[in-house]
Amino acid sequence: MAKIKTIIDGIEVEVERDSWAIDVARELGIDIPTLCYHPALGPYGACRLCVVEVTKSKWTWLATACDLPIREELSIKTNTPEVIRSRKMAMELIMARAPRAESLFPLAEKLGVTKPRFKCRDDIGNCILCGLCVRMCDQIIGVSAINFANRGHKRIVTTPLHKKADKCIGCNVCVEVCPTGHVKTLDDGSFRHMQTWDADLEMLHCLICDKPYIPAKQFKVISDKLEGIELKRICPVCRRKETVDNLRYAVVEKVS
Amino acid sequence: MPKLGTINELTAYAQELKAQCDPSKPCVTVCGGTGCRANHGLEVASMFEKLLKEKGVCDDIDVRTTGCHGFCAQGPLVVLVPKGVLYVSVKPTDVEEIITSSVQADEIIERLTYRLPGTKKRIAKEEEIPFYANQKRLVFAGSTKMDPTRIEDYIAVGGYSSFRKVLSGVEPEEIIDWVEKSGLRGRGGGGFQTGRKWRSCRKSQAATKYVICNGDEGDPGAFIDRSIMEGNPHSVLEGMAIGAYAIGSNHGYIYVRLEYPLAIENLQIAIEQAREHGLLGDNILGTDFSFDILISRGAGAFVCGESTALMASIEGFVGEPRAKHIHTTEKGLFGMPTNLNNVETWANIPLIIEKGWQWFAGIGSKNSKGTKVFSVVGKVRNTGLVEVPMGITLREIIYDICGGVPDNRKFKGVQTGGPSGGCLPEEKLDLQVDFDCLTEAGSMMGSGGMIVMDDRSCMVEVARYFTEFLTRESCGKCTACREGVMQMLEILDRMTTGKAEMSDIDLLEEVCLYVKENSICGLGKSAPNPTLSSLKYFRDEYLEHIEHKRCRAGICRDLTTFIISDDKCKACGKCIKSCPVEAITGQKKVTHVIDYDACISCGVCREVCPFDAVDTK
Amino acid sequence: MNNIQEKPDLTEVERIIAKYNGKDSWLVMILQDIQEAYNYLPEPTLELVAEKLNIPLSRVHSVATFYSSLSLQERGRHVIRVCDGTACHLKGFVNLRDEIERQTGLTEGQTTPDKRFSFEVVACLGACAIAPVMSVGNDYHGEMSAEKIKDVLSKYK
Repeated sequence: MAKIKTIIDGIEVEVERDSWAIDVARELGIDIPTLCYHPALGPYGACRLCVVEVTKSKWTWLATACDLPIREELSIKTNTPEVIRSRKMAMELIMARAPRAESLFPLAEKLGVTKPRFKCRDDIGNCILCGLCVRMCDQIIGVSAINFANRGHKRIVTTPLHKKADKCIGCNVCVEVCPTGHVKTLDDGSFRHMQTWDADLEMLHCLICDKPYIPAKQFKVISDKLEGIELKRICPVCRRKETVDNLRYAVVEKVS
Repeated sequence: MPKLGTINELTAYAQELKAQCDPSKPCVTVCGGTGCRANHGLEVASMFEKLLKEKGVCDDIDVRTTGCHGFCAQGPLVVLVPKGVLYVSVKPTDVEEIITSSVQADEIIERLTYRLPGTKKRIAKEEEIPFYANQKRLVFAGSTKMDPTRIEDYIAVGGYSSFRKVLSGVEPEEIIDWVEKSGLRGRGGGGFQTGRKWRSCRKSQAATKYVICNGDEGDPGAFIDRSIMEGNPHSVLEGMAIGAYAIGSNHGYIYVRLEYPLAIENLQIAIEQAREHGLLGDNILGTDFSFDILISRGAGAFVCGESTALMASIEGFVGEPRAKHIHTTEKGLFGMPTNLNNVETWANIPLIIEKGWQWFAGIGSKNSKGTKVFSVVGKVRNTGLVEVPMGITLREIIYDICGGVPDNRKFKGVQTGGPSGGCLPEEKLDLQVDFDCLTEAGSMMGSGGMIVMDDRSCMVEVARYFTEFLTRESCGKCTACREGVMQMLEILDRMTTGKAEMSDIDLLEEVCLYVKENSICGLGKSAPNPTLSSLKYFRDEYLEHIEHKRCRAGICRDLTTFIISDDKCKACGKCIKSCPVEAITGQKKVTHVIDYDACISCGVCREVCPFDAVDTK
Repeated sequence: MNNIQEKPDLTEVERIIAKYNGKDSWLVMILQDIQEAYNYLPEPTLELVAEKLNIPLSRVHSVATFYSSLSLQERGRHVIRVCDGTACHLKGFVNLRDEIERQTGLTEGQTTPDKRFSFEVVACLGACAIAPVMSVGNDYHGEMSAEKIKDVLSKYK
C-alpha cells in the first residue's frame, strides 16, 4: 500500500492511505478531544469536537479528524484560533444539552466553556447522543439491543418499542463507553439491572467463589461464539488466581 | 406492443408512430398537473370525453390529459390544438360550450380567455401570454403535449432517439465528453459539474455500479421535479439509461418522495412500458447493454435529499448522512460506485445528446448553461412553473413572466433555494439568476423554489419558519446541526415574541456561522442561510423586533396590534364574520371596533377587508 | 374488537415481505406498505418484520420513528394534512391550522376519539401554486381559508 505524506502541526509523517487523521495525530502524541470516537468502531463524526483545520493546496477548511481519511497530501493544524473557537462552540452546545453531565466539566473548562450562553435543556438526562453505546452494542457485541429513535432534536437512544430490552445481554459495554454516565447499571446479588434499558438479567455464580459475576445471557453469547471450546464458569478474580497458581505450579515443577 | 429487438426496429417504430400523428387533427389538452387536479381538472377532462362521445365525434377529436403546464394560478387549463387557444379556470360546465363554439366552430369564448392583470385586455393564444412568451421551455416542452402514461406519445415526438443514438456506437467516454462540454451542472442544489461526476464514477473500478435519480424534492415551495416525473417520466428514464451506459452501470434507482403519489404512479407505468418495449432490461435493443430501474419511495425526511442519506434510506436504514471525503462515485449505494443526479438534471441529458453539446452550451450564462425550471410561488400573481435560460434576472422572472406582486402590495424579498437558500431584497432584483450569482449574493439555486414575499411577510418570522423546519428535518446525528439549529430557533423564537435582547443578534450570528462550517452534511451547512441572508439584507427588521417590540408586517402576533381605520372602514361586516374569536363588533354604518381583550392578532380581518381598512398600529 | 387490536391478522405483513423477497434493503418500503394496509404500524407487525428480515427489532423501530410519514399510533379514517410549505406558510397556514384545531379539538399528531380524523402538519404537499393547501386523505384542497374549513371537513364522515 502506498504511503501518503502529510503534515500535522508542522510534523511531517508518512501514513497508510486512508488512515484516519485522528489516529495519526494521536500517534504523534497530539491531543484531539472527542466524545464520540472509539478506535474499535468506524468513524462517525457526531460530537464535532475533534475538528481540525485542513489545507490542501490553496483550500483551507474545517473538518472533523475522526472521519477524515488521509488519501492525499494534506496539511493539518489542530490548534488554530478557528479550531479553538469551533471546539468551544461545540462544547457549549453539548453542555446546553446536558448541563449536569459532571464528567464533561473538566473538558468543558479546558475548552473554555463555563456556563453555556444558550438555553439549557433539562428533560433528557445526560445523553449527548454520541452513539457509542448504540454502535458498540451493534458492531462489537452484535446484539443491537438499543438504537436511536426519532430524528432531529427529538432523537433519543432507546430500546425497541420503548419496552424492556429483551435482547440486552447485560454486558455493560454501553455503560463503560458512555462519556457522561447517562447509561446506568446496578448489580444486586443475583441480578444485574440495566436501569437505562429496563432490563433485569439473572447472574451466573462463579463455580469457585460462588459470587455472581456474569449475566447468564452474556455467558451464553460468549459460549456460542467460542464454537465448542468450553468456557469455564469462573469469575475474573478466580480465573486470575487460577492462572497464577498454574504458572507457579509450572515454575516449581521446572525448577525441581 | 412487440418488444423492440434492434436499434432499427426502434427507428422504424418511431417513424410509424410519427406518421400516425396528424398535426392538423383537433385535440383538446387538459392539464393534469397537481394544481389543476386540485381544482377539478380531471372532471373537466372526463366531461370532454363524455360529451365528445355523446356527440359521436370522439374519433375526430382527441382528448389528452397531459403533464403540468406550469400556469397553475389559472387552472384548470385547457389548450385547443392546433389552434393554440388557451382557456383558463375551466369548469366542467364550460365544456359543452367549448366543444360547440371553439372546437367544432372557430369562435373564441371571451370569458374563458386569460385577462392581463390590471387591464381589460384578453389574450386567447397561449404563445402570446407573457407568462409563456417570456419562457424558454426545453425540459418542459414535452409535458404539455403528451399523455405521460403513453410511451407512444413520447416516442412519436422523438423520445428515446438520444438513447438510440448512443447505443448505435457512441463510446461511453465520448458521451461523458459531450455532457462535460455542454457545461451541465446538477440541478439539485450544489451545481456540481455533471460530466465530471460521471467521469469519476466511470473511472471507479467495480463489478456493480449504480445510477440514482434523486426525486426527493423536499424543499418546501418547490415542485419542479414533481411536475417532470408526473408529466414526462420517460425523459427521466431515457436520461438515466444514457447515463448508466456512459458510466458502465446496469442498475438504477429512482428515489421519490411518498408525498408524490402521481409521480410514483406515472414513473411505474413508464418503467413497465419501457421494459415491454425492450428499452429497459437485458440486452437492450439487441446490444450487450443491460439496464433496469427500480423505484424506492421516500417516507418523509427532507434530509434524504442529501446523497449519502438518500443511499442509506435505499439500503433500508435511517437517512443519516456521512462525511463525503470519500465520494459516492467511489463508494456509494451498497458500498459501490454510484452516480446520483436529480430529476431535472437527468431530464436534460436526452436534449443534450439530441441537439448537441454546442447547442446546450450556447444557452445560459458564463458558467451556468442551459435552462432552469423555477417554481415561483408566494405573493406573486402568476404562481406556477417557469423555465428560463440561466442568467435571466430575478426581475424578469418575477415581473415579466409572473406578473409581479398582487393586491397592490409592495415587493419585499424573494427566497430562493428553500431552507438552504437565502432571502434577497429589492436591490437584488436585477441579479442574474445562475449558480454563482445566487451563491455570491448569499442565497443559492437549490432545486429551484422561488418564493416571493410582500410587505406583509415578516423576514424574522420567515427565518424562524425555515429554522423550525430544519430542526424537525435534521437527522439529529451531529451536534452542530441538531443542537446548533435548535439554539438558532430558540433565539429566533425570542425575537418573534418580543423576548429577545440586543446581544441575541450577535449570539445568533455566531451560532449560525458555527453551524455553517461544522455540520456533517449539506442540510446543516446550509441551514443558517435563510437567517444569515435576512440578517444581512433585512437587519433593521430584526432590530425593530428586539428594540421596539414591533413587527412591521403584522405577522408576529405578540408584536402586532391591529386597528380599524375610521376613514376606510365601510362597515361591511366581513371582518366581524370571519374573526375566529369574535373580537370585532359593529353595526351597519358604524366603524367596526376590535376588542383587544379577545383579539389574538391573527390578522384574518386584515386579509378579508376589501377596503384595506385594517392595519397594524 | 379489543382482541383484534391486540393481535392483528399478520398474513398481510407476510405477503408484503414476500413481495420484497424478504430483503432488508426494502425495509422503508415494507413499512410503508404495512402502514397502507393497517393504517398505522401495530407493534406486532414490526416484530414480525424484524423476525422475517432477520434484522434487529431496534433497527426496525429506529427506521419506523425516523421517517415522518410512518406512524406507530393508530390514525383516524381521514388524515387531515395541512401544508406548512413556504408558500402556504406565507399565505396563512397558521390561521388554517388554528381553525382546524378549533373545529376538531385536535392538535398536531392527534386523532379524534371516534377515529374520524387525524391531524398532521406536513412540510410541503408540493402544490404550492394553489397555496394555502390542505389535504384530507388523497384529496387536495387548494386556495383554502379558515372560513372554508368547516365545509371541507363536513364532507368526510
